[in-house]
Amino acid sequence: MSQAIDSIHGDQGQLSHEPHVAHHFESAEQQYDSAKLGMWVFLVTEILFFSGLFCVYAVYRSLHPEVFLYAHQWLDKGLGALNTVVLIISSFTMAWAVRNAQLGQKKALMINLTLTLVCAGTFMGIKAKEYSQKFEHGTTWGASFHPHDNAFGETHDGGELKKEDMPPNTQLFFSIYFALTGLHGLHVLIGMGLILWLLVRAAKGTFGPEYFTPVDIVGLYWHLVDLIWIFLFPLLYLIH
Amino acid sequence: MTSIPMPEEGTLTTKPVVDETNYLKSAYGIKSWLLTQDHKRIAIMYMIGIGIAFLLGGLFALAVRLELWTPTKTIVEAATYNKLFTLHGAIMTFLVLVPSIPAILGNFVLPMMLGAKDVAFPKLNLLSFYLWLLGAIGFVVVLFAGDLDTGWTFYAPYSIRTQTAVALAATGAFILGFSSILTGLNFMVTIHKMRAKTMGWFRMPLLLWGLYATSVIQIVATPVIGITVGMLFLEKLFHIGFFDPKLGGDPVLFEHFFWFYSHPVVYVMILPAMGVISEIITAMSRKHIFGYTFIAFSSIAIALFGFLVWGHHMFVSGQSSLMSTIFSLLTFSVSIPSAIKVFNWLATMYKGSISLAPPMLFAMGFLFLFGIGGLTGLFLGTLNTDVHLHDTYFIVAHFHYTMMGSALIGLIGGLFFYWPKIFGRMYSHLLGTISFILIFVGFNLTFIPQFLMGSMGMPRRYYNYPPEFQAYHQWSTVGSFVLAAGLFTALWCFIHSLFRGEKAPDNPWGAVTLDWKTSSPPHHHNFDIVPPVTDPYDMDDVYWDEESKGYISRSQQAALQELAAGVSGTQEKNS
Repeated sequence: MSQAIDSIHGDQGQLSHEPHVAHHFESAEQQYDSAKLGMWVFLVTEILFFSGLFCVYAVYRSLHPEVFLYAHQWLDKGLGALNTVVLIISSFTMAWAVRNAQLGQKKALMINLTLTLVCAGTFMGIKAKEYSQKFEHGTTWGASFHPHDNAFGETHDGGELKKEDMPPNTQLFFSIYFALTGLHGLHVLIGMGLILWLLVRAAKGTFGPEYFTPVDIVGLYWHLVDLIWIFLFPLLYLIH
Repeated sequence: MTSIPMPEEGTLTTKPVVDETNYLKSAYGIKSWLLTQDHKRIAIMYMIGIGIAFLLGGLFALAVRLELWTPTKTIVEAATYNKLFTLHGAIMTFLVLVPSIPAILGNFVLPMMLGAKDVAFPKLNLLSFYLWLLGAIGFVVVLFAGDLDTGWTFYAPYSIRTQTAVALAATGAFILGFSSILTGLNFMVTIHKMRAKTMGWFRMPLLLWGLYATSVIQIVATPVIGITVGMLFLEKLFHIGFFDPKLGGDPVLFEHFFWFYSHPVVYVMILPAMGVISEIITAMSRKHIFGYTFIAFSSIAIALFGFLVWGHHMFVSGQSSLMSTIFSLLTFSVSIPSAIKVFNWLATMYKGSISLAPPMLFAMGFLFLFGIGGLTGLFLGTLNTDVHLHDTYFIVAHFHYTMMGSALIGLIGGLFFYWPKIFGRMYSHLLGTISFILIFVGFNLTFIPQFLMGSMGMPRRYYNYPPEFQAYHQWSTVGSFVLAAGLFTALWCFIHSLFRGEKAPDNPWGAVTLDWKTSSPPHHHNFDIVPPVTDPYDMDDVYWDEESKGYISRSQQAALQELAAGVSGTQEKNS
């Protein structure tokens, strides 16, 4: 009896499994569904993770609206908009890459993953430029906020920032700016690592119509990172 | 709680025989444990780790109680005392209570209850364990290398100003949060996707409903504490100023964030315990659970209501009276699903044929202590009484009745219940009963005096106190040592069982859920063949078998006979 049983549920079952299916799953479909649900649940935790900072934003913006109105003029809308475009393009190439993996188009998959990676790198480059500007101006977070004279004067969209107009607690805006964009930037870096990992595996020819789960779920992660930026851009840069 | 000598024992005394029908013997050597992806072995590693943490946290508690023997200095300086109660709270909450039942019992039985071979993500499960270990090491470093005197709540602005190791402890809490999230995610996906084909949601054992509700809280609440301690970390290192009034920040905002997680997390501690109690009471009363759907949905209701009551920790923190009123009202609403559970358990026991074996003693102890813990919560949810009782020993006693008296009693009861399944050994019922009596008496002796002195105004966390409270403190200290004696008796009972225990039958209690329909200890892949899914509480499915001294399932026997006879079509039925 035990022989018959083993052939259904025991270790030998592994031999009849399709490749890529772990022993504790009954089918590739069950494994794919589990991975996908797991990723969606993970994204929920990511959103809640960011929501703590969004909450801080909401509380302090409602307490000190004048700080946000004044301090946001230090941010460069042009660079922010450019970064938004860069990330939206990267989301498009990522979505395309998922399609390539599903259809088993190895070359196109690698091109699209590389393009996504290049976009992510561009985003981080632009972000680095913005950050260095903030350090030059001394407009950084909390206790380290001491704007130099070069921080005042003409703004990026032609207005004028006067030192004497600066409201108290302006440092809070930059605390929030650096916390939010910093955490987001960290997620972009993690995403770049994951895409690089996909690229290596794609080069080995791992992905095809019967197995594309990693591309799919890294794609989901990447879209979330993109989406968070789409909220950050208006919240920080476009304040009236 | 215990050490596991089994694999080593095998290597020392006899030539190790790989036995796939026993997960304890399916592989040997230290690596087969440390790198295992088997949910059962991971559960046992958690059992050892959490047991050590519990011992450590318990010793701190005893030291605190000993210090409070006299109104002035007894054994330690004030600064050491602050460190002791802080580490007691932090270790018991983050290292013991939050993971306890899900990580130990949940890990062990969840896949088996579903008829699955493992959780959905076994590697993630192992990663959860190592993250737990890393967080635990963080706390141990705090213990030896630094100080921590904020209390486990890390309230700003004191936590920002103190020179103690808040940043390190915050990092530890952050890592432990990750461990908790990954466990919750794993369990949620496993319950959704890996149930046996014929197991609908309402054929799941109630422990799984409890664990599912728990994983919802872990997934939704834990990231918020992650970002909160993250912000505290930035506050310490970079003075970012979110919670620092000097930089325009608001310390009460920290309290809001902290309790948005830390209130729901008390349900992370209690919901799995409630699940375990549901399993014990029905099996030990030999009766179908009363009000299955009500118990199942009340778990979900507690998880959801639990998110809406955090403001009741801030009635005296300058919160607006409108908000306090709303939070007070919502707090009372949580008592409804909790009471539903208690009444259903009592109705299950009514006219049952109750066995007073150790698991049932602990389950009944749970009902009593949870009753007291829950009812005293109403005093604290009421606005005007809370103003008087806030930050007194009354609240200390209240949350110990729910956390220690309910959640940990649930864990210990669960260990007595599942022990024969986990290790394949029975234990001495006498030792188990003695441990229960000591724990129950010791626990009440520790905390009833605290209710009394709290209601008279003795504040919590104080190093010195007026002499009129001394008698209460001394009774409480005596009680804590009786409690410790009870816990050590339980530990002795378990260790004794490993070496001297009789071989356990597959189903000693007559439970009907799938986890009892495999061998004790289980097969490496949990089942030879997945038994047919039945109503999980249909007591007619099992009958006592004198020969094996255990219960046997009729439906499983019928299915096996059918398979042996080679009847076609069995495959679908059983898979």
